[in-house]
This record gives sequence, C-alpha cells and structure tokens, in this order.
Amino acid sequence: MTTQPTPPAADTVEEAKQKEPSALSKAIKGDPDDRTGAGWFVKGMLLIISALWLVPTVGLLVSSFRTQAAVNSSGWWTAFFNPAEFTVQNYGEVLQQSVGGSTLAEAFINSIVVAVPATIIPITAAAFAAYAFSWMEFKGRETLFIVFVVLLVIPLQVAFIPIVNLYSTLGIQGTFLGLWLAHAGFGMPLAVYLLRNYIGSLPREVIESARVDGASHFTTFVRLILPLSVPALAAFAIFQFLWTWNDYLVALILLDTARLGQVSTTYLAGMIGTFGARQHLLSAGAFITILVPLAVFFSLQRFFIRGLTAGSVKG
Amino acid sequence: MGTVLLNGIVAIVAGVVGVFVFFWALNAVTERVGGRFEEVVKPWVFFGPAILVVTVFLIYPFFDTIRASFFADRFVAGERPFVGLDNYRRVLTDSETWISLGNNLQWIIVVPAMAVIVGLVVAVLADRLKPRQENVVKSLIFLPMAISFVGAAAIWALIYEIQPEPRRQTGVLNAFLGMFGVEPISWYENLLVNDFALMAIMIWMQAGFAMVLLSAAIKGVPMDTIEAARIDGATEFQIFFKVVIPQIASTIVVVLTTILILVLKIFDIVRVTTNGRGNTQVIANYFYTFFEGGNYGRGGVVVILLVLMTFPFMIINVKRFREQEAQR
Repeated sequence: MTTQPTPPAADTVEEAKQKEPSALSKAIKGDPDDRTGAGWFVKGMLLIISALWLVPTVGLLVSSFRTQAAVNSSGWWTAFFNPAEFTVQNYGEVLQQSVGGSTLAEAFINSIVVAVPATIIPITAAAFAAYAFSWMEFKGRETLFIVFVVLLVIPLQVAFIPIVNLYSTLGIQGTFLGLWLAHAGFGMPLAVYLLRNYIGSLPREVIESARVDGASHFTTFVRLILPLSVPALAAFAIFQFLWTWNDYLVALILLDTARLGQVSTTYLAGMIGTFGARQHLLSAGAFITILVPLAVFFSLQRFFIRGLTAGSVKG
Repeated sequence: MGTVLLNGIVAIVAGVVGVFVFFWALNAVTERVGGRFEEVVKPWVFFGPAILVVTVFLIYPFFDTIRASFFADRFVAGERPFVGLDNYRRVLTDSETWISLGNNLQWIIVVPAMAVIVGLVVAVLADRLKPRQENVVKSLIFLPMAISFVGAAAIWALIYEIQPEPRRQTGVLNAFLGMFGVEPISWYENLLVNDFALMAIMIWMQAGFAMVLLSAAIKGVPMDTIEAARIDGATEFQIFFKVVIPQIASTIVVVLTTILILVLKIFDIVRVTTNGRGNTQVIANYFYTFFEGGNYGRGGVVVILLVLMTFPFMIINVKRFREQEAQR
C-alpha cells in the first residue's frame, strides 16, 4: 500500500478552478471567479425573507394613510390599486383622541420623561461601578461582580409585589421617580456587565499613568475613563432608551397613569382595547408611537450593533 | 399639555442632574475625610449605588416574594396570616398553571430556534452581498427589534385580522390563504394555531438580534479555513456545516440562551393580543392576573416557578464568566 502522493498545491488550485461550476454552486455564488459573490438563489432567498420581514410594518404604514371606509372593506395591499383612498386625516384625528385621559402628544412627552432619566441614572451608576470593578482594589471584588452576573437572568416580575408595597410605604408609588429607580434597578445588571467588559479592557498603562500623576480615582474616571468609554456608553444608552421607551409592563404597574397621564405604550395598549374597531386610527397612532424608536435605531444603528456584539460575542 | 411639558422638563432635569450631583457629593465627602478611611471607602462610593439599587429592586424582592408565597393570598381581617404551603397547593393544582408552563415550554423550544435559524440564514447569505446591499437587508431584518411588543401586536393585528364571511378578508394571512380556497382562520382563537401566531411575532422581533450577533461571528471565521476547504473541493454547503458552524457554535449558544431567557418572561405580546384566552396563557401574564387581583400569595408562587426556570441559565452564565476571567 502506498501513500497517496501529494500533488503540488498549485495544481490543486488549477484543478479546482478548471472544474466546471455546477448549477447549484452558480446559484449560490454567482460568478465563479468572484469568491464571495451572490447568485440568484442567495439573492432570491434574501429578497423573500426581507419582504416577509417588512410586510407587517408596511401594512401598518399603508393602513394609517387609508380612509376608514377603505380600511374596513378591503385589505391594505389593495390601496396600491386605488390611490384615491389615501388620506392624511387619520393622523389629524388621532392626535385629537384622548385615551385613558391623555392625548398622544402628552403620552409622548411622558415617555420621554420616563425614558431619559431611566437611561441616564443607571448608566451613570453602572459606569462608576464598572470602573471600581475594573481598576480599584478591594476585598470581594470578583464575588460582588458575580452577583451582577447572576442577576442578569432574574425575571423582573419578582420585584412587583415587594416594590409596590415598599413604594406605598415610602409614598412614591405611581411617581416618575419610582419608575426611574425601578428601571435603573432592572437595567443595572446588564449595564454593569457590559460596561465592565469595556472599561476593564482599556489599556492599563493609560490608567496607571494618570494615577501616578496624582489624579484621584474620581478625576481619572471623569477626565479619562468616561471619554474613552463613549462607544460603550452610547451602545448601552441606546439599548436602555429603547427598552424603557418600549416598556409596557413596568409602566403598567408602577406609573399612576390616572394622575400623571399615559406613556406611549400604555396609550397604544389602551387604543388596541378601545379602538379595536377603528383600525385606521389605531394604525396611525401605532405608527406615531414607533417612530421614535425607529428614528433612534436608524440614526444610531452602528453604535447599537457594536454594543450588542461587544457584549455577547466577545463576552 | 402645557403643564405636562413643563413638569416633564423639570422631572428630566431633576433626575439627570440629581444622579450626577449624588456621585459628586458622595465622592467629595470621602475625599474631605481622607486618609485610610478614604482608601477603604472609595470603592464603595463607586460601586455602592449600583449594588444598592439591585439589592432594593432585585435581591430583596426575590426573598420578599418567597416570604409572600407562604402568607394568605388575600387580606383576612386586615392582614395576611401564615398559610404554609397552601398557595403552592392551590397554584400547582390549578390547570391554568400547567397550561402556562406547557406554553412557556413551547415558546422556549420554538422561538429561540426559529430566530436563530432565520438569523443564521440571513447572516450567511447576506455575507455574500456587496456591503451596501448587505446593510440594507440586515437593517430590514433588524428593524422590528426597535419596536415595542405592544406596537408589534398592533402591527400583526393587520396580518391576523379575520372578517366574518362573506365579507372580504382584510387580514393578509386570511386573504392570502383564501386565494387557495382555505376558509378564514381566527388566528388568535383557533387552538391549533394561536400559540404559533403569537410566537411568530416574537420570532419576527428577535431574528434580527440573532442575525447581528451571528453575522459578527461569521465575519470572524478565519478566511484561510474556508479557503482551505474550498481548495479541497468542499461544496458551499459542506463548508457551511463543517467549517463555519463549528467555529461559531459558542455564539449560537449565547444567542439561543439570551433569546430563551427573554422568551421565558414573555408578557406583553400575550397581554395585548389574547390575554391568555384560548389556552395561550404564559407564566408572566398568569402572574400578572394574580398581581392585578391583589392575590399576592399565589402570585408569589407563580413568580417562584418563573425564577426556578431561569436557574439553569444563571449557573451557565456564572460558569461562562469564570471561564472568560480565567482567559483574561
């Protein structure tokens, strides 16, 4: 038995190139000389999936611009054949509507009031903590950090009964402050985890040289760490902002909507409940409420994706 | 409107400035005291507030919920007496509990797997496009992630709508199936399909997340391992399953578990669509019905069931963290 003679590498490449590309490989790769190209099969599949993913949102957008009669009598896709059905009236009308005591504009403002501090508070506290866990020496550092890792998966449902009781005792049940602090608590494990990953991987020499120059931890943190961590801070800020803007459950439980008014999600949920029969208004209202997260997402997508991948792939 | 706006601005400024002043003042106090005290206390100033909020909002509630589960479900003469395991008996013998658990199980089997499959297919295929086209495709798939669950439910209402016969169907699915002579289906009420109808919404929202992470992992697969396989005459499918998949396996696991944990707690989608009717109940919404009714005893038991389901993932997370630290 003889061992297979190894042909020189160059020959193999020649051979591979000369092999007539099969129909299948052409469908996947397109031009056989373009090593990463896309053939009709790849493009076709992507077109189908993209269309499937886009259809629901397009349906909402189109419906929001159709008259009530049209919405009730035919599917939204027929509107493309009857452009006369289009109207902007739904948007004017929905802005006048009051759901649960709030107009959409008020719900919108309230959502901002909830989401901005509910983003800034945890991110500030988490950045300080991440610095301590990365660059300060103290006893039990790793054990304490593991607490945050454990809490990453704790369902926030555990908090509701105790927190409502606690808030009632403190007299902050139903207030914005209560809602901010709760969001800060629920978002904290992920914030600390992600920011420590980033802040902990900053070059040691930079931090140490600042310390040698006599800068206090506080100065090092504010002057050096914060500016260096902008990408991670931005990523988490977007994440937390979208989370709190889109949150329904926590607002439902901790916000006194009768007194302070609705936020956009409780407004929309109220609409689904009461406007079920008025799909044209619901569509317009729904589209307005998802505009902010969509705008945030599209303008800051780069940071957001970077944050997601930094958090989970690299770990 | 005017007062809402004014109150809003005041609230935001107070909240945002408040947290900065808080840290600055805390630090100033420790620096003023100085000496050894400062060295010992300083780390606590930095990580203390973070520990404090998770203690108040997650750790203490966890134990308090356990306590609540042993006390009366409702007030008896102004208080909740100790009832031992009574709430556990009631919850565990309630058929709704088992329906919820069964549905949660269905969700965690179907949704993470489907989201990963779609995410993986898009990530792999889009990788072959030109960068601009790739970005467009990926943005489209990722877009639903930015939408709230409530918004998603409103969007999908247009897909699942049903009109009584003989009216024209205005929902996309029923209209589409009608072209093939299928009778209109009530997607939220039909017991065979309603769970899947709700799961589809979640898959739609989470596939983009899976895709982003998997795409990053695929781009990290060394090109020479793929080239080597190509030179050896491997087909594209062989390359994918034998070369790419093994190298991104750890990312696939991370994505699966992340979505799984999210799915365990699924609430909003069920809440605003079926609210658990038609056997679509899930644990988190089941809990909410108890919470809403002031049934804190049984609510506590349901939360504990939910926490128990997350335990394995807690252990996995800690183990993974320890391994990473060892590599650092």
